[in-house]
Amino acid sequence: MKQYRLHMLVCAGTACESQESKDIIKNLEAELKEKGYEKEVQVVKTGCFGFCEKGPIIKVHPDHVFYVEVKPKDVKEIVEEHVIKGRVVERLLYEEPALEKKITEQEKMSFYKKQLRLALRNCGFINPEDIKEYIAEDGYLALGRAIKEMTPEEVIETIKESGLRGRGGGGFPTGYKWELTYRNKNDLKFIICNADEGDPGAFMDRSILEGDPHSVLEAMAIAGYAIGAEKGYIYIRAEYPLAIHRLNIAIEQAREYGLLGENIFDSDFNFDIELKYGAGAFVCGEETALLNSVEGGRGEPNAKPPFPAESGLWDKPTCVNNVETFANIPQILLKGPKWFNSIGTENSKGTKVFALAGKVNNVGLVEVPMGISLREIIYDIGGGIRDNKKFKAVQTGGPSGGCIPEKYLDTHIDYQTLQEVGSMMGSGGMIVMDEDDCMVNISKFYIEFTEDESCGKCTPCRIGNKRLSEILTRITYGKGTEEDLENLKDLGEMVKDGSLCGLGQSSPNPILSTLRFFEDEYKEHVLNKNCPSGVCNMGKKKKPAAKKKQ
Amino acid sequence: MAGIKSLEELQKIRAKAQQGMDLRKAGDEEYIKLMVGMATCGIAAGARDTFNTLLEEIEKRNIKNVYLVQVGCMGYCHDEPTVQVNKPGEPPVLYGNINKEKAIEIIDKHVEKGELLQDLIISKSFDRA
Ligand SMILES: Cc1cc2nc3c(=O)[nH]c(=O)nc-3n(C[C@H](O)[C@H](O)[C@H](O)COP(=O)(O)O)c2cc1C
Ligand code: SF4
Ligand code: FES
Repeated sequence: MKQYRLHMLVCAGTACESQESKDIIKNLEAELKEKGYEKEVQVVKTGCFGFCEKGPIIKVHPDHVFYVEVKPKDVKEIVEEHVIKGRVVERLLYEEPALEKKITEQEKMSFYKKQLRLALRNCGFINPEDIKEYIAEDGYLALGRAIKEMTPEEVIETIKESGLRGRGGGGFPTGYKWELTYRNKNDLKFIICNADEGDPGAFMDRSILEGDPHSVLEAMAIAGYAIGAEKGYIYIRAEYPLAIHRLNIAIEQAREYGLLGENIFDSDFNFDIELKYGAGAFVCGEETALLNSVEGGRGEPNAKPPFPAESGLWDKPTCVNNVETFANIPQILLKGPKWFNSIGTENSKGTKVFALAGKVNNVGLVEVPMGISLREIIYDIGGGIRDNKKFKAVQTGGPSGGCIPEKYLDTHIDYQTLQEVGSMMGSGGMIVMDEDDCMVNISKFYIEFTEDESCGKCTPCRIGNKRLSEILTRITYGKGTEEDLENLKDLGEMVKDGSLCGLGQSSPNPILSTLRFFEDEYKEHVLNKNCPSGVCNMGKKKKPAAKKKQ
Repeated sequence: MAGIKSLEELQKIRAKAQQGMDLRKAGDEEYIKLMVGMATCGIAAGARDTFNTLLEEIEKRNIKNVYLVQVGCMGYCHDEPTVQVNKPGEPPVLYGNINKEKAIEIIDKHVEKGELLQDLIISKSFDRA
């Protein structure tokens, strides 16, 4: 194989592609050719590095130099300086806001230092459109070993022992789910990968599918072998064209290599995967609604039980897992359950990917070991609050989660501790808020989202969320009463208790948690008709004070 | 292509594919780093030939724990091309006037056998990068 002396990894994730990373690759290839370096330098397009806000990214190996916010016109300078003369182009390096210092190498950036990348291990490292690069990183070895050297029961046992729990929101132990589906005997069973990713702001599943699609295909095949299914579906929203494109390429290549299809690894195990497109309704991420949608029906949830493991797609036993859950599987088989369960906390093993956003200096996708504190994520990885403002709260779990105030910043996060402080892990949204954010307005934002996304099947959710939203609107217009605050609480509890599916059962969480921790702020709106952060209109004719940039 | 039928076949494809990827792993602690001065003066003095010779030798001998980096001017323009060898745990050694033959010698002696090429050393100390 040809040895290159430099590899230039250009991010071709969605965020970077929308910022002309395609042109960067084109220019880079042309420039290298013109200067006669095309045989010495390999240009590789990769998936997301997680640092999208500072994209497009170019990473140069072996020097590990990490360029940010590269424009197509910068390519010439990079080639002339870095490639030809070996001089790092300083102006394109990332500057740590806290240190006011330019950082050359990716590994030394505080954004990456505390991360532990398991699910994202290949994102920004391999070319997702080349199965050989995945195979070089031990790809499909776990599938091969499972089929050749393990019984389905042993595979299930391994996943159980690892302690892996679902990353799609529910946190159900994955090994047990596989076991349940395995035990339900049937001639037909299905594996479904939930790539609906409806949580606003979350994009880890998209990044995994774009940056390392084979890891999910391999894991689905392993799951198929374990539970006895020959068919898998990936339910993906049609708004993810790049992920769909890369998945199609990956499926094609895997078939070509005989890693999907019939008699995989010369055994009698057959497995193939098909994509199903969702229209991007939040509720379709709920597994029973998803199944209805795959069958071609309306994307509305059913009552559980029966669970999909008993009666799922076309009433057959079906195992639904999330993208990030799957991305962990191959490594658990390769490195062993003990390796995996040595990472994390008592009840939550491994890592979790968060989409860190809001008022922090470094926003992006971060993968951290379970048990890390919120403070470490926000201050060490996130680089602290922008413009030296004061931290107010961090929202986790998206529309189903809650806002966590400063006094819980040292919480070591896992499934349980987040619930104890009134929030949840969810799918990994994490939005940081500062003193300029109004908590009433934030909960209004989330409840409007769920009000829109409620499928309308059951009354508490359909009507209840609408009423909650009306009350909050009233409060932000300066028309709220103390009674409204009582009603928010009572109605919120009612919606939680009375709703059919997880959407309604969790939709009041943002309101209830802000009422719990920021009651004063609500009172100020209601009693003094004043929004302390100056965000809400409060019924004034004028627009609220113009928001500062960023 | 015909499908992969066995773990051995998979391993073969893997081993081949890995060779092309080694470079992206380089930089870990246990790697020997070879730095070639490739500023204008270095290039004029033939540093690109030196660089490519080093690369060829590493490839030919299938040496795994070495990676090559080109760097800017190291301040020894009169002794270009210059090559610095950083072995983990040893003081970096800077060699001057490294043409193709001497590049091969560096690989042969310093990298593989751990013998310094005393005559070619310009500097040897922990103080230099
Ligand atoms: C309203 C709602 C939306 C959901 N959206 C998603 C989603 O987008 N992606 C996902 O993987 N799980 C989602 N879930 C969770 C799924 O129902 C299911 O628990 C999950 O896909 C199971 O996979 P896991 O065990 O690997 O997490 C959602 C649940 C609810 C109630
Ligand atoms: S809780 Fe809401 S989203 Fe779920 S079934 Fe009822 S109406 Fe539909
Ligand atoms: S898309 Fe390029 S860093 Fe995320």
